[in-house]
Amino acid sequence: MNKTIAGTEVNVNEEGYLTNASQWNEAIATAIAAEEGIGALTEAHMKVVRYLREQQAKGAALTIRSMGKSGVVTTKELYDLFPGGPLKKSSKIAGIPKPVGCI
Amino acid sequence: MSTPDDKQPVKKMSIIVSRGSLDGIYPALIMANGARMEGIEASLFFTFFGLNALANKTLDHLKVSTVGNSALNMAMPMLGMPMTIPFPTVMGAIPGVSAFATHLMNKEMGKLDIPPVREFLELISDSGGKIYACKLAMDMFKLKKEDLMDRVDGVLTVGQFYEESAGAGTHILFT
Repeated sequence: MNKTIAGTEVNVNEEGYLTNASQWNEAIATAIAAEEGIGALTEAHMKVVRYLREQQAKGAALTIRSMGKSGVVTTKELYDLFPGGPLKKSSKIAGIPKPVGCI
Repeated sequence: MSTPDDKQPVKKMSIIVSRGSLDGIYPALIMANGARMEGIEASLFFTFFGLNALANKTLDHLKVSTVGNSALNMAMPMLGMPMTIPFPTVMGAIPGVSAFATHLMNKEMGKLDIPPVREFLELISDSGGKIYACKLAMDMFKLKKEDLMDRVDGVLTVGQFYEESAGAGTHILFT
């Protein structure tokens, strides 16, 4: 379905995840972050978001373990940056699909 | 807008771990980590043989239980065989079989990015999950706090564990 986020019409699924990562921009990220209760996005948030998008583009399976080992962010920092669902919320803000793994 | 009662979210998982084999430990670790990933609080209470997963001397060498495990046919696909092939339970007692089953399972879990036990406990601890040891079981097995891995948040009595689990939306799970 379609949704207008930050003045841009994008395709999203029923949970609000972008279904086309190429429609993403930083203004959309900011708007989703506000909706998810994350607040203003800092450079630390954006580093995670950019890393997620790179990994997604490569087709890598994203797990909380691989994030902690990425060198981009520690597990603790990831939980602090995206409280209430570190991988789910960061993925949503990054405009990539919801992670499907259990780890 | 109100949420119907049957849709009240799980707020906290308090998971009791009473078994000490690799296959006895992992489900609890996966459920606790999965809870944290969903923004649900998690605490693990290791009791009886579950303490095997906290003791520094043993936690890196946990084994799959092959004796008395009549569901080992489940592991057959790891050997490229159908899961319907039975694994006679008497074979589980043969020296090396448990070590081999452990090796197979560790290999498959590694492929799924499931960390080894020590790293998994560190991951759960870093994510804000709590790790507790049961005082009674510690006394029974002659263990001291310093025998346990460094991420253990405390040694609790059963009463303290229930206090720690207090609150609407907490679920207590025994494994």
